[in-house]
Amino acid sequence: MIGARKHRVMGPLDYGRRMWVRLSLWATLIFLYAPIVILVAFSFNDSRRNIVWRGFTFKYYEKAWNNDALIEAFTNSLTIALISTVVSVILGMMTAVLLWRFRFPGKAPFEGTVSLPIIVPEICMGVAMMTFFADIGWPRDLPWPLNLGAITIAHISFSFPFVAMVVRARLTHFNPELEEAARDLGASQWQSFRDVLVPYMRPGLLAGGLLAFTLSLDDFVITFFTSGPETVTFPVKVYSMIRFSVTPEVNAASTALIMITIVLTAIALRLQNRT
Amino acid sequence: MSASSPIISINMISKTFPGGVQALDKVSLEVSEGEFFALLGPSGCGKTTLLRILAGFETPSEGEIFIDGADMGHVPPNHRPVNMVFQSYAVFPHMTVAENVAYGLKVTRTERQQIPGMVEEALELVRLEGLGNRMPDRLSGGQRQRVALARALVKKPRVLLLDEPLSALDAKLRETMQLELVRLQNTVGITFVIVTHDQNEALSVADRIAVIDQGRLLQVAGPAELYEYPKSRFVADFIGKMNLFEGTNVGCENGVLSVLVNGLGRLEIPVTEATHADVGLAVRPEKMLLLDEHPGDAYLAFPATVDKLSYQGSETRVFLANEKDVSFEVSVRNASRDSAADPFKGRMWVAWKHADTLILSD
Repeated sequence: MIGARKHRVMGPLDYGRRMWVRLSLWATLIFLYAPIVILVAFSFNDSRRNIVWRGFTFKYYEKAWNNDALIEAFTNSLTIALISTVVSVILGMMTAVLLWRFRFPGKAPFEGTVSLPIIVPEICMGVAMMTFFADIGWPRDLPWPLNLGAITIAHISFSFPFVAMVVRARLTHFNPELEEAARDLGASQWQSFRDVLVPYMRPGLLAGGLLAFTLSLDDFVITFFTSGPETVTFPVKVYSMIRFSVTPEVNAASTALIMITIVLTAIALRLQNRT
Repeated sequence: MSASSPIISINMISKTFPGGVQALDKVSLEVSEGEFFALLGPSGCGKTTLLRILAGFETPSEGEIFIDGADMGHVPPNHRPVNMVFQSYAVFPHMTVAENVAYGLKVTRTERQQIPGMVEEALELVRLEGLGNRMPDRLSGGQRQRVALARALVKKPRVLLLDEPLSALDAKLRETMQLELVRLQNTVGITFVIVTHDQNEALSVADRIAVIDQGRLLQVAGPAELYEYPKSRFVADFIGKMNLFEGTNVGCENGVLSVLVNGLGRLEIPVTEATHADVGLAVRPEKMLLLDEHPGDAYLAFPATVDKLSYQGSETRVFLANEKDVSFEVSVRNASRDSAADPFKGRMWVAWKHADTLILSD
């Protein structure tokens, strides 16, 4: 009976019983979340520098809130993210349906070019966008929010392929008889698209939209190349603030951003579960 | 409503798919108002293509189709007086049962106040009353099928098309649903066109059956006629079981056909029509008798040795072969418990009436 204890069968929920499983679990959690926890914790630190803990305070949230330039950058980021998400979802959905439904000459190369923005290094995309907008003479001195046009277009161009890919993947499991059934029951092409295909794509549209939103909200490289002095976004602003000093004010603003992302994700997941 | 006026008339329909696969080859047939009509054939024979042409999801390469007197040439699926029950049922997963049934009424702008009543009526018809608020993923396969039926019938189509509607159900449920379909059809009086590869299903539900093979229409007949008088070797073999003996025609005189069958010798069979081509002689297993002695002149009889028995409950299938290696399959009904135990062995006479011999030249 020696060794009987060692060879006890492990159930699927017994992960805590083995030391190495527990260790790797903790290591993963620390790698993933320790930096974020520290970022959030030090946003409440009552010190000008981010090194030692000097007590709890909300004053850097107040400071960040009263920093007009930071709030403006934040508003710019949200505006760009919202518009580019809406456009990306529509464009990505249409691309996915096009690629799923139709056979046309040059389909394979087209499919390749759609996913190109995902593969091309961001820095190249940034430079390309900058030269493109300069070459076509994109006006720089438009009133807000029109001056965000260049950045928004750039964001759409790298966001919608993600939406297209997510939706396309979902469509491969679509039963074409569902659409035929709608047509058979008297629906026009448009009605069957609206009543059958769109509801089927909805989880993909939501997931793709969420992806597009977060991609846009935290994009730095491409935005950096397409933004002007009047059109600073949140990541670009944070970058410029850090160049002077890493203050808890940056932490506070970043924590706010994380909260917004978490809340939006939760809302999206709830919407997805409801349908 | 006269029973003979054709509700569907299919005129020389051919369909060749891009890539050159010919699914249908000059098919013509008529379906009468109020009929339960079956398209029967092996998988890939073109029967589903024909159904999809009727529904408007495929366009024929040649030929024309009239439904209820109107040419369907350029009529899209949503404007045809037909509705379909799909093989996968295609119940909309994001709508409740009631919403599924109401969908066809909503998109065609039926008056809003009338819809709930019509939905309720349709659900009662298929015996799903009280399940209107369920989501489809909470239904069994049989229930989903009923939703598909209710959804199509609520539109009061001139013709209901059913694409292999029972193939996904288990054997017991399939039999129940076959009876249910016949009951439904009697209740609503709508013309049903069903596609199936299951010959038993076709025989038990349909008023008339069209047998299709490799895109060609082989025979259209009622179940009994199709079973007892198949016109070709394919139909004889596809519907039920058949003993087939290929023979050489050695002459047809005075209403008697002489056929030389390898291993059985020269057979003389009374015929009504003279044939001069080589023929196949076919006999159903249940028309054959197993006897200890030759039964006399009214019968054709051959000695053979019992090879194998297959007990099937209601019947026992007996496989025999003679010394020239001609094999016979005889089906014996187990009419009493004693007969089920009755051993068939050794040499016996396989006999059948002259009149039960089918002569197949196609």
